[in-house]
Amino acid sequence: MNSRIETPAEDEHDSVYSGLLVNDAHWAFGTVPVPDGHGEDPLAGVDTTVPEGVDAHVLATYALMLGDDALVMSHRISEWTSNAPDLEDDIALSNIALDLLGQARLLLARAAAADPSIVPALPDGSPVPPEDALAFFREAHHYRNVRFAELVNGDFAEATVRVLLFSTWRLATFERLRASRDQVLAAVAAKGVKELAYHRDYSARWFVTLARGTDESRRRLLAALDALWPLWPELFDTHAVEAAAAGSGVGVDPATTRDAAEGVLDQVLAAGAVPRPEAPRRSGVLGRTGRDGMHGEPLSRLLAEMQSVARAHPLGRW
Amino acid sequence: MTLTQAAPDELEAHFEATLARHERIEPRDWMPEGYRRTLVRQIAQHAHSEIIGMQPEGNWITRAPSLRRKAILLAKVQDEAGHGLYLYSAAETLGVSRLELTELLLAGKQKYSSIFNYPTLSYADVGTIGWLVDGAAICNQVPLCRTSYGPYGRAMIRVCKEESFHQRQGYELLATMMRGTDEQRAMVQESVDRFWWPALMMFGPPDDASPNTAQSMAWGIKRHTNDELRQKFVDMSVPQAEALGVTLPDPALAWNEERGHYDFGQPDWEEFMEGVRGNGPCNAQRMAHRRRAHEDGAWVREAATAYAAQVRDAVS
Repeated sequence: MNSRIETPAEDEHDSVYSGLLVNDAHWAFGTVPVPDGHGEDPLAGVDTTVPEGVDAHVLATYALMLGDDALVMSHRISEWTSNAPDLEDDIALSNIALDLLGQARLLLARAAAADPSIVPALPDGSPVPPEDALAFFREAHHYRNVRFAELVNGDFAEATVRVLLFSTWRLATFERLRASRDQVLAAVAAKGVKELAYHRDYSARWFVTLARGTDESRRRLLAALDALWPLWPELFDTHAVEAAAAGSGVGVDPATTRDAAEGVLDQVLAAGAVPRPEAPRRSGVLGRTGRDGMHGEPLSRLLAEMQSVARAHPLGRW
Repeated sequence: MTLTQAAPDELEAHFEATLARHERIEPRDWMPEGYRRTLVRQIAQHAHSEIIGMQPEGNWITRAPSLRRKAILLAKVQDEAGHGLYLYSAAETLGVSRLELTELLLAGKQKYSSIFNYPTLSYADVGTIGWLVDGAAICNQVPLCRTSYGPYGRAMIRVCKEESFHQRQGYELLATMMRGTDEQRAMVQESVDRFWWPALMMFGPPDDASPNTAQSMAWGIKRHTNDELRQKFVDMSVPQAEALGVTLPDPALAWNEERGHYDFGQPDWEEFMEGVRGNGPCNAQRMAHRRRAHEDGAWVREAATAYAAQVRDAVS
C-alpha cells in the first residue's frame, strides 16, 4: 500500500538554504551569534560566588584538575573520529569525546570565575574568553590532568580499557561531587554522572565482548589492560589541593572513591573472566605526577597540536 | 496484487502508475531491476560521501581554536557518520548490506563525491565547507526528500534538516572570522577562492554530458537537472557572499536581467574528471584512511560476531 508523499512543497525545503540571511530563531544549538563572537558564556545565569570559607585558589585549581582530565581525555577520544571499527562505535566515541569536552568547558570556566589570576594573560583587546585562554594558552607544566588521560592512543582494545578505567574512576568521583558546596561543581557533577554512566556502560560491554570474543580480541584486551594498569593507582592519589578542596566541602578526596571504583571494576573483570593485572604502579619524576604538572612526553605534543590555531591568532575571533 | 498472480507487464504498469501519481515506491513493491540498481548506486554513493566526508573536516577537530568550535565540529562530523548510517540502512532495504557496499567502495567499484578529494588547509575551510559544500549538498538533496523511493526520501528529510544546521554553523563561523583580524579575513577569502569552483562541480557535469540524468528523472529518482540546480546555487550564494564581505572568484559572474539569473563561468571540468578517475589531490589519502580504519577494525567486528554467537548459543 502506497501513501502520498507528505513532504512539504519544494519551495519550503529550498528556504532551508535561501533563508540563511534571515535572522530567525531556528539557529542550531550553540550557534547564536553574539557580539564578542565567542558564543554564550558557558556559566551564564549560574551563581559563581565562591562558597563561604573556601579558598578561591584551591577551588579554581581543583576545578582545573577535573577540567584538564576531561579536556585531555576528550582530545584523545576525539582522535578516534572517522577511525573506529564500525559506524556505531565512531558515533559512540565522538559522543564520549563531546560529553567530556562539555564538562571541560564548564570546569575551566568555573576555575577562571573562581580565581581570575590563574588565567594566562593575553594581549590587550584579545576577545578570547577565559576558558579558552586556559585551554589554548597554557603550557603543559601548568596542566593538572592525571597522566592516564594523555597517553597516546592504541588500538580499539586500548580505547575500551582506557574509557572503562577513566569513566569508572570519574563516575565514582562525580557521584560524590554532586554534594559539593560549590553550586557549579555540584551542577556539573549532576549532569556528568549520567554521561559517565553511559561511558562506563559502553566500555564495559565492549570489555566483556573483547574478553570473550576471539583469541585475538582477548590477547589485545589483556595487553591493553597491562599497559594501562600502572597508571591506575595514580588516579586515587590525594594531592594537597584535592585534600583542601575536600576539607572545605567543595571537592572529593580521590582516595575515598577507591573502594567504589575497584568494586565496579572487579565486576567487569569477572564478567570477562579477566584476572586482575599485577603490574606495579608507574613512578613520577622526583615524586611528582600529573596533578603537580609533571607529565609524560605525549602531553606537550598533544597541546602543540591542539593550541596551534588559537595561538597563531591571539586576537582572533572564532 | 501479489507477485505470483501478476504478469510482468501488469507489475510494470502498476509501478509506472504509482510513479505517475507521485506516490512512493516501498521496499516490498515490485520495481524494475534498473530502478533498483540505479538507487543502490546513488544511495551507496551518497552514503560513502558522508563517510569519506568525515575526513576533510575531521582533519581540524584536534586543532579547533576554541572549546565551543571544537564541540560544534566534533558534533558535525559525528552527524555525518549518522547520515551514513541512515543511508546504508536505506540501501539495505534494497537487499544489499553495509559491508558489501563498503567493500565495493574500498575496491574502487563505487564512488563518493569528488568534493572530498580536496584538502582542508586552514580552519576557515571548516566554515567554507559548511557554507558552500553543505549548501550545494542541500540544493542537490532537498529535491531528494521527494524522491520516489520511500526509505531514501525519508532518510533525506532527516539528512537535510541536519545539513541545514551545519550550513548555518559554517556560515556563522565565517561571519565571525570576518569580524576578527585582517589575517582571519584573508584566511576566509583564500578558503572561498579554493572551494567555490569545486562546490559548483558538486552538481555534476553539464546536462549535455550527464548520461544518467534522463532515466533518473523519468523514474522520479532525480527531480532537477544538474545545470538547473547549479544555477539555483549560484543565485542563492551571491547575496550571501556579499553579506559576508567575500569575493567569489569568477570574473564572469554578473546579474542577467533578461534571464533573471546570474551568469557565471564554468569550472575546470578536466580537473573534475581527474578527480573522478582517482587522480584528485586527496583521492589516494582518503581511500587509504578508510581502508586502514576498516582493516584495523576487522578483529573487533570478528570478536563481536563471535561473542554474539556465544550469547545466542547460551540462550537456545
